[in-house]
Amino acid sequence: MKILVGIKRVVDANIKVRIKADNSAVDVEKLKMVVNPFCEIAIEEALRLKESGAATEVIAVSVGPDSCQEQLRTALALGADRVIHVATDEITQPLAVAKLFNAVVEKEKPGLVLFGKQSIDGDNNQTGQMLAALSGMPQGTFASELAFEGDEIIVTREVDSGLQKVALKLPAVVTADLRLNEPRYVSLPNLMKAKRKPIESMSVADLGIDITPRLSTVTVLNPPERSAGERVSSVAELVEKLKAEGAL
Amino acid sequence: MSILVIAEHNNEEIQSATANTVTAAKQLAEKAGCEISLLVAGHNCSAVAESASAIPGVSQVLLADCPALDKQLPENFAPYLAELVKSKSITYVMAPSTTHGKNVLPRAAALLDVAQISDITEIVDAETFVRPIYAGNALQTLKSSDSVKTMTVRTAAFDPAELTGGGCSVETLDAAADAGISRFISEEVVQSDRPELSTARIIVSGGRGMQSGDNFSMLEKVADKLGAAVGASRAAVDAGYVPNDMQVGQTGKIVAPDLYIAVGISGAIQHLAGMKDSKVIVAINKDEDAPIFNVADFGLVADLFDAVPELEAELG
Repeated sequence: MKILVGIKRVVDANIKVRIKADNSAVDVEKLKMVVNPFCEIAIEEALRLKESGAATEVIAVSVGPDSCQEQLRTALALGADRVIHVATDEITQPLAVAKLFNAVVEKEKPGLVLFGKQSIDGDNNQTGQMLAALSGMPQGTFASELAFEGDEIIVTREVDSGLQKVALKLPAVVTADLRLNEPRYVSLPNLMKAKRKPIESMSVADLGIDITPRLSTVTVLNPPERSAGERVSSVAELVEKLKAEGAL
Repeated sequence: MSILVIAEHNNEEIQSATANTVTAAKQLAEKAGCEISLLVAGHNCSAVAESASAIPGVSQVLLADCPALDKQLPENFAPYLAELVKSKSITYVMAPSTTHGKNVLPRAAALLDVAQISDITEIVDAETFVRPIYAGNALQTLKSSDSVKTMTVRTAAFDPAELTGGGCSVETLDAAADAGISRFISEEVVQSDRPELSTARIIVSGGRGMQSGDNFSMLEKVADKLGAAVGASRAAVDAGYVPNDMQVGQTGKIVAPDLYIAVGISGAIQHLAGMKDSKVIVAINKDEDAPIFNVADFGLVADLFDAVPELEAELG
């Protein structure tokens, strides 16, 4: 079984981003870029499924400008067998990304597609569900555990009220939540070797997909700042202040 | 033009996230000049539809009651929803930004070939909406050009609407088909006598500083005296102290209680994203440079293992 994994290039989660002076976008110039943390969990799961014998090939796919090849190299260094770059310099919104992935799915015919549940920049939490819709595959979102049984995958999902288990007919789309696994680190020698491995590239035009954004950004602004309040010196003082404030 | 709100329920009663979503729908209805319908989709859920018909501001309740929609599996529910939107000429679909809304709505949006706007926190006009990006470190205002606008609503950003006092009709819809590609197996619902995180007036949360899951019992004692819910930071969930459904933050639950007490939480960006709209924030941390103090109204630099039992005693 082939596994297709979606990889997104995002700003490192530890960086507090700044907004451009013209309020048009977040300024990501010159910031440290990484694989989206939830995509890291997705690729880790794919690699573990291959190591356990449940999968035969892991293919990582990223949509974006040439710079996202850096994250595809990370995927190669982690152990992906092949990587595909769907090249575009345009802004891609989740529906467009899902359509591009659907075109790749039609070519590659994977048994399982793994995504992160959301990217930490756009925070949309849509692409996996949208690909599932377009391809007609069932979806297991917010997954914390996977198991194969016959022609089905059993997905344990992290839902607001606790955990839910569903059985999905393969092929299926699964989106990774935090506790699915603990991703491994890339080793430097593997990163060096990955530099020599090929990256398959295709353009949006090759895939024949209209990626025109449906949503236009009017402004991007700073949220209202919350300022630090006062320090209290004891628990008794804290309780007293909270009572005076009407919070207790 | 019309708005369809997807009701969050468990086949027995309406859940609180619906009330916040109705408030957002009412604001949009005023700006767009249209009516609100509410969809109750499930199985053996006619009692939910009946109580939903009393929500003031809702013009019509649509009831889809059939076995294929029992657990609202997206493989069955999303195509049904997409067809309903087309047949009723619905122009806006709103669902609460819960794990359920996030699961189903993007699938329906893609079937309708429209974008989804996730997690709206403000309605500017009939086609313009505000939503947080980058863990709430930026607010993006978006304008939609789609004929059908689908959106999930950040419940903490809208006050809950009254659920009783109105009265409208209930229309029973046709049954949905089972797509035959997914099955519900089981559910482990966390049982707790404490209030839910998303609706609690007070929340006591623990972070990595708690050092173990057992130590969370200290917070539970305080919570019980305050009638509060207990939450956790991602670091505490990552460390395996507590289950994920307790996580407050960018990738967990977004809350805005009257009082949020952060104990042993450093205040990483992704945690602040989930609680910085709380009315009053208290931080208890032994590290005086912890970033949580930058957003706290009251900060106490202390060892939590002394301060928390003291707090419990102080509350009497």
